Amino acid sequence: MIGDLQQLEKDALAELAEARTEDSILAVRTKYLGRKGLLTGLLRNIAQVPVEEKPLFGKRCNEVKEILETKITEALERQMQGKKEEILNREKIDVTLPGRGIRPGRVHPVIQIRREICDIFATFGFSVVEGPEVELDYYNFEALNIPKDHPARDMQDTFYIEDNMVLRTHTSPVQVRIMEKVQPPVRILSPGRVYRPDSDVSHTPMFHQIEGLLVDRGVSFADLKGILTAFLKKVFGDDTILRFRPSFFPFTEPSAEVDICCVICQGKGCRVCGQSGWLEILGSGMVDPAVFKNVGYDAEVYSGFAFGLGLERIAMLKYGITDIRLLFENDIRFLKQF
Amino acid sequence: MLVSLKWLKDYIDLDLTAQELADRLTMAGLEVDEIKTLSHKFTGVAVAKILSVRPHPGADKLSLCDVTDGTGTYPIVCGAKNIKAGDVVPLAKVGAVIPGGYTIKSTVLRGEKSDGMLCSETELEIGDDASGIMQLPAGLALGTPLEKALNLGDTVLDVSVTPNRSDCLSMIGMAREVAALTGRKVKMPAVKIKESDEDISSLSSVSIVDADLCPRYSARMIKNVKIGDSPVWMKTRLEAAGLRAINNVVDVTNFVMLEMGQPLHAFDFRFLEEGRIVVRKSRTGEEFVSLDEKSRILPEDTLLICDGRKPVAIGGIMGGLNSEVKEDTQVIFLESAYFNPSSIRRSSRRMAMPTDAAFRFERGIDPEGVIRALNRAAQLIAELSGGAVCKNYLDEYPKKIAVVENIPLRLDRIREMIGVAIAAKDVVRILKSLGMTVNQESKGKYLVTPPTYRVDIEREIDLIEEVVRLYGYDRVPVTLPAVSVTEMAVIPRLDLEARVRQLLIGNGYSEIINYSFTSPASVDYLCLPSDDERRNFVVIKNPLTEEQSVMRTTLAYGLLETMKKNINNASFNLKIFEMGRIFLHRKAGELPEEKNILAGLLTGKASEDLWGSKVNVDFYDLKGCLENVLYDLKLEQCRYLASASEKFLHPGQSCGLYVNETHTGYLGQVHPEVMRKMDLKGTAYVFEINLDILEKQIYKQISYKEISKFPAVTRDVAFVIPVSMEARKMLEIVLSQREDLLENVGIFDIYAGKGLEDGVKSLGLRFSYRALDRTLTDTEINSIHDKIMHNTVRLTGAKIRA
Repeated sequence: MIGDLQQLEKDALAELAEARTEDSILAVRTKYLGRKGLLTGLLRNIAQVPVEEKPLFGKRCNEVKEILETKITEALERQMQGKKEEILNREKIDVTLPGRGIRPGRVHPVIQIRREICDIFATFGFSVVEGPEVELDYYNFEALNIPKDHPARDMQDTFYIEDNMVLRTHTSPVQVRIMEKVQPPVRILSPGRVYRPDSDVSHTPMFHQIEGLLVDRGVSFADLKGILTAFLKKVFGDDTILRFRPSFFPFTEPSAEVDICCVICQGKGCRVCGQSGWLEILGSGMVDPAVFKNVGYDAEVYSGFAFGLGLERIAMLKYGITDIRLLFENDIRFLKQF
Repeated sequence: MLVSLKWLKDYIDLDLTAQELADRLTMAGLEVDEIKTLSHKFTGVAVAKILSVRPHPGADKLSLCDVTDGTGTYPIVCGAKNIKAGDVVPLAKVGAVIPGGYTIKSTVLRGEKSDGMLCSETELEIGDDASGIMQLPAGLALGTPLEKALNLGDTVLDVSVTPNRSDCLSMIGMAREVAALTGRKVKMPAVKIKESDEDISSLSSVSIVDADLCPRYSARMIKNVKIGDSPVWMKTRLEAAGLRAINNVVDVTNFVMLEMGQPLHAFDFRFLEEGRIVVRKSRTGEEFVSLDEKSRILPEDTLLICDGRKPVAIGGIMGGLNSEVKEDTQVIFLESAYFNPSSIRRSSRRMAMPTDAAFRFERGIDPEGVIRALNRAAQLIAELSGGAVCKNYLDEYPKKIAVVENIPLRLDRIREMIGVAIAAKDVVRILKSLGMTVNQESKGKYLVTPPTYRVDIEREIDLIEEVVRLYGYDRVPVTLPAVSVTEMAVIPRLDLEARVRQLLIGNGYSEIINYSFTSPASVDYLCLPSDDERRNFVVIKNPLTEEQSVMRTTLAYGLLETMKKNINNASFNLKIFEMGRIFLHRKAGELPEEKNILAGLLTGKASEDLWGSKVNVDFYDLKGCLENVLYDLKLEQCRYLASASEKFLHPGQSCGLYVNETHTGYLGQVHPEVMRKMDLKGTAYVFEINLDILEKQIYKQISYKEISKFPAVTRDVAFVIPVSMEARKMLEIVLSQREDLLENVGIFDIYAGKGLEDGVKSLGLRFSYRALDRTLTDTEINSIHDKIMHNTVRLTGAKIRA
């Protein structure tokens, strides 16, 4: 009888291995483990087993039953798994087709630069202020120590609205308007549109400037170098080499142009930097006592510095744009690149 | 300012290379824009002497010459008339290349051999004289290459001189600056005049009527001049500086202006009626023809230099045609004066005459340099034209020109302003190197008197700047300011802008920036009514073009123009927006009203993907985007009022936007007529929102409302209403019944067509009922719902569709 049992186990496992479908697996189960199955049949015949063999036979029968049940369950699971996979396979799609939904638009590159610069100066405690774009001659020029009939007016060609009203040529008038209203300390940033009658590859009649002003007790030219160095390294990278060069602005003294080592040629000299190896980035200087006088600050008590830069120029350098006019043509193929 | 290095070396010893000098000047505030190399444009041209000249046997207009370069003798056929035996001339030998790339070859002209070419100034591009063969000084060694003999070739620095540095608008001024940078001395040209016995005061006089505008006028007279060409050295100097040579008198006045910075003018004395000068302001309507041969009605208060009867020059700007130096001029009346800077500037601007003289006078010349330049020019005129300088000079100096003296300077103040302590001896050394007189008043305190040519230095801060400029900006340390803590002022609208920008980007819109100026026709294209405030333009007096001649009063026109440009580039699908100001004129003398506007435009396909939606955008795409923005801003009280639209929008597909019952903007399809006028195809949808108003509507407080744990029950009802009836109206009527348990009403369907009569539509509304504290029973809901249905039907005349 034990021999029959061993043969039965062997046969059942061989049939199970052959069973490829759910039905044939279930058939194996019925054949051996079913109510009229072969193993069940053997167990039913236990009476014919000699008494001394009975315990062993019973044990072996149960073992075989368990083995078969486990194997059959496994086979069924394998079978189910294959079926699920087949369904999933049928649901396969082309993942390379484009997704659905709204493609985001782009922020104008000049505005991106403005945001970046304002964010950097916010960390230095500068807050953003605004002023009118159509401005009185007084604020645009005279209060900034640029009298009428002064050659310094040649530095900025001007659009006139009336004899005493202009399109602001820089965002500097805002600093005067603010200083008229508040007492130091002052730490402001005034971004915005400015206007000068000029139009070529590197000039547009409207462009954007950011003007910064810091006034407090004991502010020095060394501090100006400090803040502007920190700023430019944040914009152009920590390795940026810069130089401060004497210049002239009627509303600052001493005045400095700040150049960075050309980002295109690393100072070797190229078309972008006019072979000089340097790029003019911003104008700056210590606020001229004449300006303080106009707003009623005591220049013996307070000192400060101001700086201004053109956003288009920074955008052009950062993105390698060679014609400034592209920034205002609003060609969507251009705008989508930023 | 073009600075010839050869010329500069006349006044200072220089052992720097051009690049080194350019770097030093740039780092001292005199930015060098360019270093130009001037070189001759020929090779193989040498100094030669004509041995003999005889007529060409076969041609009347040609002659045959024998010419030697010291080593060989060459037969040359020549067409010029001005040659004779013994002349020293430039010879382009066989193999020479002359400007234009011509190579000289041995040739036969009308049967006579010619082994080279004698050259004129123009042929060699040395000068403008094309009248004959260039005549060289007799002493030159034969055979010397011409460029060497004439010392041609130069390096020129193009220096951009800032408006404060009028003292650097001359070669000597530049030399002074270089001297301060290198520690060398300036060599001033020695002025020696041989005066004749005749005293100028017996021949002429000067009277200044308006001393404010002309504080000083000096003059010399040079008699028996012979007008002719200037020598080559003079011409090359002027050309290197960018000026054209004219004649040996005018060239001297220009030369001395460039050398010393003092503009001068030479009159032909025979045209000065009554032989005297009167300096006065112009009279109303006075007309004058200047050297540029233009006739002008002079603005009032223009300073005129007159003779006894009439104007002969516009003071400090340009001479008159009536007293110009001519070929036969014999007596020169030479003017050197000081004019009021702002008066010169005003006049030169008004008459649009930005001359070299005006440029220097308006920036302020050295008041003490007037006579030095007068004498220097008289000397040179006499030398170059063979004339005799009359004894003495006229010097009317009715008004002392103020110069600044004894400016106090504190060492402490330098340290405070610059942030570094510069040693006293360095400060004094720097100031002295700039020609200043420095006197110590007490410890750390000085009185400094700048030289008279430094008209920009008046105050302590001006001195501090000079000190740090020459000390070197690069030696100033880098520190961070120790500033007081201040509160950050915030402009709420800027936060709103940043947020709206991100929302629009998220909705697929890209930001554009249009110019703030536009065409006055913009409002006509938009068919704005004649009384619309947007017709009140802020007008630019000096626009670049008509299309940019007024400040914009709407952003919509710019968006449509942007659409047009993009469509021309085959970009048909656009979602764009702009944030910027519009400008509304108020009244003369008053600043215009500036409003901050957000505007957007939508056109083309709803999706860029070819395999996705192929549907064109419509009104609801635009409105949906705006609703998204308003939803994010938590602005719930928004109304879209069809009756409050704009004339340039489609009357059936546009509306005004009201936020919290405040008119905030508009949206809609652009009127087909506007599209046609602007030559735009397809449909476009635009909106404009006033950000100043929108910002005021934002309510920042959020208060939580309790959420019900109990289920909602919905009832769907289809109402049949007239097509013209707005959905908003139905919703308002339903909601106006203020039933607390009615949680929400939404539109789930809208239908017109088959199965419905003409002129009506079916509007499907979903009513949602819910209580906070219990599950509603059918009976409860039915009673409220029936009441609402009854009232709605009664108030609207709608029929309920079965």
